[in-house]
This record gives sequence, C-alpha cells and structure tokens, in this order.
Amino acid sequence: MQQTASSFGGQWNLLFASEFALSAAIALGVFGLIGFFCYRYRRRSPFEVPTRPLRRNVFMEGGWIVIPTILALAFFVWGAILYFRMSTPPRDAETIYIVGRQWMWKAQQPNGAWENDELHVPVGQPVRLLMTSEDVIHSFYVPAFRVKEDVLPGRYTQTWFNATTPGRYILECSEYCGVYHSQMRGRVIVMEPKAYAAWLGTAGSESSAAAIGQRLFHDYGCINCHNPDGHGPAPSLVGLYGTEVRLENGQTVTADESYIRQSILDPASQVVYGFRPIMPSFNGKISEEQILDLIAYIKSQKNPEQPPISKTPGTLPNRSDGSP
Amino acid sequence: MATIAQPVGQPIEQPGRFTHYLNSEYGIRSWLFTTDHKRIAWLYVITLTLAFGLGAIAAGLIRLALFTPQGDVVTAQGYDELFTMHGVIMVWLFLIPSIPATFGNFFLPIMLGARDLAFPRLNLLSWYIYVFGGAWVVAALVYGGVDTGWTFYTPYSTEYSHTNVVPTEMGIFIVGFSTILTALNFIVTTHRMRAPGLTWFRLPLFVWTIYATSLIMLLATPVLAIALLLLVIQRVWTVGIFDPSLGGDPLLFQHLFWFYSHPAVYIMILPAMGVVSEIIPSFTRRPVFGYKAVAISSFGLAIVGFLVWGHHMFTSGQSIYASMIFSVMSFLVAIFSAIKVFNWTFTFFRGSVWLQTPLLYALSFIGLFVMGGLTGLYLATLPLDVHLTDTYFVIAHFHYIMVGGTLSMYLGAMHYWWPKMTGRMYPELPAKLAALLLFAGFNLTFFPQYVLGALGMPRRYWSYDPVYQVWNVLSSAGATVLALGYILPFVYLLWSLKYGEKAGPNPWGSKGLEWQTSSPPPRFNFRATPVITQRPHTQ
Ligand code: HEC
Ligand SMILES: [Cu+2]
Ligand SMILES: [Cu+2]
Repeated sequence: MQQTASSFGGQWNLLFASEFALSAAIALGVFGLIGFFCYRYRRRSPFEVPTRPLRRNVFMEGGWIVIPTILALAFFVWGAILYFRMSTPPRDAETIYIVGRQWMWKAQQPNGAWENDELHVPVGQPVRLLMTSEDVIHSFYVPAFRVKEDVLPGRYTQTWFNATTPGRYILECSEYCGVYHSQMRGRVIVMEPKAYAAWLGTAGSESSAAAIGQRLFHDYGCINCHNPDGHGPAPSLVGLYGTEVRLENGQTVTADESYIRQSILDPASQVVYGFRPIMPSFNGKISEEQILDLIAYIKSQKNPEQPPISKTPGTLPNRSDGSP
Repeated sequence: MATIAQPVGQPIEQPGRFTHYLNSEYGIRSWLFTTDHKRIAWLYVITLTLAFGLGAIAAGLIRLALFTPQGDVVTAQGYDELFTMHGVIMVWLFLIPSIPATFGNFFLPIMLGARDLAFPRLNLLSWYIYVFGGAWVVAALVYGGVDTGWTFYTPYSTEYSHTNVVPTEMGIFIVGFSTILTALNFIVTTHRMRAPGLTWFRLPLFVWTIYATSLIMLLATPVLAIALLLLVIQRVWTVGIFDPSLGGDPLLFQHLFWFYSHPAVYIMILPAMGVVSEIIPSFTRRPVFGYKAVAISSFGLAIVGFLVWGHHMFTSGQSIYASMIFSVMSFLVAIFSAIKVFNWTFTFFRGSVWLQTPLLYALSFIGLFVMGGLTGLYLATLPLDVHLTDTYFVIAHFHYIMVGGTLSMYLGAMHYWWPKMTGRMYPELPAKLAALLLFAGFNLTFFPQYVLGALGMPRRYWSYDPVYQVWNVLSSAGATVLALGYILPFVYLLWSLKYGEKAGPNPWGSKGLEWQTSSPPPRFNFRATPVITQRPHTQ
C-alpha cells in the first residue's frame, strides 16, 4: 500500500484493510467450498446418478441475501461518513488556488506567489484547494494524501488535506487530458511551518494575490462602477464574500468563489436585485489566474473598514506565461 | 426434460444421408445470404475473431510500451491512439456483441425449441450493419487514429483533439443499430416462439440472461447514440452543448455516456453468467440451485445497472449527496451478484462433478468474477474510490469482469458448444492446458495492476514514475502467458474442424434441450417440435 501523509490517511487505510479482509474471507470461502465440492463429489463412473440434492431452504437463501446486505450497508455508511469529512474543508483551512492547463499545474500561494508543477504546503495546516482549468478536464491527484478531485474548465471544484509528514510527494494528473497527460506530474512539498514561511519569503512575489487583484480591479475598470462607498451604478463589493445575495429573479445565492467568478464572466446570468444588468462580460478578456486574484481581492475587503491593502494602483503585473 | 413429439412441416430428408445446417447448402453465397441463425452466428464468430485480434495487438503494444517508465516503443500520440483503439474495438466490436451475437444467435432459438429467430432476415441485416459500422470504425482508428480514449470525454474530444473523433463516433453509432436490431429480434423471439410447454420459469437460465441483456441493449443504446450525436453536433457546428466556453456543460456528456456505458457492463457480463448457468448443470448433473433467484437476479442487475452510472463520477465535481446515492445503489449490485455466486456454489453440492474443459472455464469465470466483483466494492465505497478511481486499480477491476468474466466465458461457451456447432470434439488435453494458461496468465497480467492502482499509478500514462516499474514489468510478462492462452485454442479448434473426433448428439450427457437434437443440428433445428414438461436440466 502507498504511504500515507495526510490526516485522513489512517482512517482510509483502516477502511481499505477492513474491506480487504472481508473480501479475502468471501473469496477464500467460495473458492474453498467449490474446490472441496469438486473433489468430494467428483464423478466416479459415467453412469453415476447424483444423490439427493440440497433441500431448498429459506434460511439459507434468506441468509445470503440478508447478510451481504447488512455488510454492504455498513461499509456504505462508514465510507459515506469518511467521504463527507474528506469533502468538507474545515473553517481554518488556508486556501491555495490551483489552475490546471495542458500540461502543467499552477498553484498560487496565499501571498500571491505562483509556482509551476510544485505545491509547497506547511505541515499540520489544513489546506483547501480551489481549482479550475484553462482548457480540458484534469484531475488533481496526490496518492499519499488519498486526495483526488477533477479540475474542470468553467467552474471551481475544491478539495482539502492536512499534511502530516514533511517530505516530497508525487502529484499526478489522473484524468486523461491529451498527448502529454502522463507528463502532467509534479511534487507536493510538505515543509515544517518555519521552513515554509522562509520559503514563502524567498518565493514570494512582489505583492500578494489580493494586491494583484486590487491592481486588476483598477486596470479592468471595475472600480468605475463598483465604488467601495456604495455610490454608483453597481453594488459595492466590500464585505460581499460569504453573504447571501438576493437576485432579480427572486433567488438567493451565497457569494462564494464560484458566484464571483460567474458574476465576472457572465454577469447577466445572476443580476443583483435592484440593479440594472449593465456590467459587461469579461469572458475571454481575463485569465483564470486573474479571476482568482480578483477573488482574493474581493475576499480581502471586509466590512466595514476600507480595503486593507492600500497600494497605489499600478500597471498589470508582469506574468511569466504572458497571459493578458 | 423434453419429449419430442408432433412432427411439423420440416424439409423432407433424403434417406440415408445425415443432413444438417452445414451440409444442406454449399458455397460462399449460401453463407453471405443465409438467413439461418446458426450460420449467422458463425459469421459473427469470424468477424469477432478479427476484431478481437486487432484489439489484442493494440493491447500487446501497450504492455510493451509500459515495460519501462520512460515513454518509448511508441510516441505519446501513438500511445494515446493505441489505448483508444484497444478500448473502442474491444468494447463495441467485441465485448458487446460477443456472446449474444454468437451463442445467443445460435442457441436462443434452439433452447426455445424454435426453427429460427422471429425475423431471420433482420438478423442477417444486423450482421451486415455490424460489419459495415465495424469496418468504418476500424478504418477511422487505423487511418489517422483517435486519441480521446474510448470514453470521449468533453471538452477534450470536442475542442482539443485533432484526430478522427467524428468518423469514429459515426461508426460506433452505426454499430449501435446492429445491437438494437439484434436485441429486438431476441426479445420478440423469446416472447413469441417458445415451444409448447415452455413457460417462463422453464426457460433455460441462458435464455433469461440473453433476454435481460436484450432489454438493456434496447433501452441503453439509444442514449449512447444521442450522446455521440450531440458530440458530433458540438464538434462540427460548434454548438455549445458540452463546451463551457460556449455555455455548455462538460459533465452532461459524462452523465449521458455513463448512463449507457454502465449498463453496457451488464450487456457484457449477463450472457457470460448465462453460459455458466448452463455449463454447471451439464457437468454436475444437477439443475442450478435456486433457479428462480438466479433468473430474477439477472433482472435485478439489469434494472439496478441503470441507476448507478454516477459511480464513475465520484471525483468529477458532482454533488457529494448524489455521489452517496450512487454509492449505495452500487452496493446493491454486489448483492445480486452474490446471490448468483452462492447459488452456483451450492449447485456443486452432492453433484456428480465432471471436470472437463468447459467446467474449468466456468470455474475460472467464478474465480475471476468474484475477484473483480469484490474489488468493485472498494470502488463503490466513496473514500476508497477517491484514491482508486482513474488508476490502474479500475483498469484491473474491469478487466477482471470483462476479460476474466466475459472473454473467459466466450471461450468456455466455445468449448461447451463446439461439439454441437461443428459436430466435432476439440482435443481435451490441449484444451485443459489452454484453460489453465488463460487463468494463470490472466492473473499474472492483471493482479499486478491492482497493486499499481493502490500505489497511485493513473491510467492512460505513456510514461510513469519509476517507483511503479516493478509491477508494470510483472504485468507485461504475464501478458505473454495470457497470449499463449488465446493462441492455443485458436490452433486446436481449427485443427479439430477436420481431425476432431465425431461428437454425437450429446457428448456431455446434458439434459439441455439443445443437446437433444443432432450435432450439428438440422437446418430447422429439430426434426420435430419438442414439448417441454419440466425445468431445464431436471435429472
Ligand atoms: C459598467 C459597470 C460595471 C463594470 C465595469 C463592472 N461591473 Fe460588476 N456589476 C455591475 C452591476 C450594475 C452589477 C449588479 C447587477 C448585476 O449583478 O449584473 C454588478 C455586479 C457584480 C458582482 C456581483 C455583486 C453582488 O453584489 O452580488 C460582482 C462580483 C462584480 N460585479 C464584479 C466585477 C468585477 C470584478 C469587475 C471588473 C473586472 C466588474 N464587476 C466590472 C457593473 C459593472
Ligand atoms: Cu491533466
Ligand atoms: Cu491529464
């Protein structure tokens, strides 16, 4: 079995081992019985007429329906509980953004630093990954963490883990995504918190994701409509993240990352109550990485104070990959 | 079980000459324009063998390429085209038609005591459609190739692949009609053409499974056709159905695709279970224990099979509550399968067990199916699936079911019914050897893949991390043994056509209705219409 290095690794292994024990018992039981019968009741003469057959018996047939059903349900429930925990990140999780594209993984640390095909995380800290793809479907897979989640274009998916042992672990793309699918591999590097902080310092970009987002907020002219003081043609985005938003069509939605992303790419699909749908779509004009920076900026603007980051708006950040 | 009475208008036999369906007519035209279900079954055997050969060659090259961790032997593009070719050919051109189109075609009417299928000409048409569509698919795969995998996931297949996606899908679409027409034919025949006295609960279990399979084919294949058609529309006219950049939903394709492709697994495995349920009684002199439970569980599988497609998508981003429902439904599948296995096991109890090659195949089926089925439990368990899905664990799991199960039983059925179909015996000793080679070779090839998947090697990898090499080498080595297990029967079965011993009507001393007529059967199966008075295989 693969080594484990995440907080649910132990639970996972226990579940796996239990199913292994059960299935081995069933398999050996069946094979043993058939083997025994084949030998014990082998045909001795071609004219042999078999003796009295097994009497049909309700307890026996009922038994092999009821017992497997109970066992199956038990494993289902056990699995469902663990699965629920594996899919619900804890509140104190640190969010790291992942963008998949043919054929590399990009990860953005909370301080804004992007890394390629590597993901540095501190040990003992729950990490939530918010993921999207720029092209086809990929799948983010770290066997040692027992973590896998597809990464889709056009929407966010998430997963989380809490690494327990420092080290370097295989990161693989496990959804076929084209010619170099098998090259879409990397490493997750789990570090002691101190070492991680030091690494962040050296790898850190000139500004945090939120700061980059703030600059984009100006450069894309969002600020012209979305005035932080609430005056203007559009709602203020201060304190938006996590609140319930009432829409023109009468629905209420939670302003999470997916909502913000969709508001940027397809504003007409979710018009805020009381506003006119004048916001232009930024679909095709803005990269997935930039959307993530904008989200980081919007998230950083907490009520009721002014935005915590107050750098003067600059030019578009220089991106190594040359996206707009 | 059957008394043969009531002579009906059968062709008059020339005195002194043993006529049967093989010598009643000669020449290539008598085959290509035949409406005899038995001859059409042979046409399928020949074309299926060709398809299997192609798919197997692709598999061999894949195993060769995976011998070393770095990508060699073929280019990355070549590798992707190979595994697509392997998957598409094996699934649609071999496994889906395999047992129904051959042994179903041959024995369904005979087991019903009928002269032929309900629509003999439609039956021939189905074969022509299969050949036409199949040739189309093969041409698309060989000239130009396709690199999407047999699953055609969007948006890779719609926007990013520059290969023959559309032609391949058109071919599969065409082959689908052959499946639908065959299913229709089988269903009508089972309803309308049963011999006098043959009530539903006197039907052989093989007929039950073929009937259940036909229902799945009829209901599921159109959904595949729709999915493929939408994909073609999206690709050719750039309509945003599956592509998110045009407002489509890539998961919609997965839902449609698996809504067909999960039931397709039962299309493949149910007929194999049916053959097992015929072989075991013949070689133990004992009707299958719990006949009704086994018959009905086929339907249970067919129905539940339609409700579990989402278990292919636990990590796809679908709602976790949806995943939970699909998980619990998937566990139900295990229960129906367990019923069958336990009933087969207890059929041996106090039987008179004759270990001939067909029974060896049936035993090897039970062994491999149990191992494949039990690992299905791991995959139905949500958290375990998160780690195991899209790895070699899944590959091993479904090869245990489809190759270990279906293909083993295709060969098992071939040996069991060979004397009936050809009038000749195959040589017993090499046949036993081949059965053992197949069982051993299969496990050597695919068991290491379970380990690989548990370690975390993703599927469809042209190059891989060197930590996985040991198990890949073992698997590739096992594949050579497996190959021997396929080549050997091919050789001695052909040999036996000319040199095999004469079989006589009932070499196994079976009570099955098909063994009560001569070998090979006459053109219209029985010289007189049989009357059925009992359950099959009643001693
Ligand atoms: C032309 C003016 C205009 C521009 C420019 C504009 N928006 Fe908007 N935006 C609006 C209006 C009006 C609404 C409310 C109506 C609606 O939901 O469409 C809105 C709604 C939103 C919402 C949902 C707000 C809520 O309270 O739920 C978000 C998030 C948002 N915009 C983000 C942005 C970002 C990020 C940019 C820059 C990339 C931007 N907008 C540029 C006019 C604009
Ligand atoms: Cu990928
Ligand atoms: Cu990939």
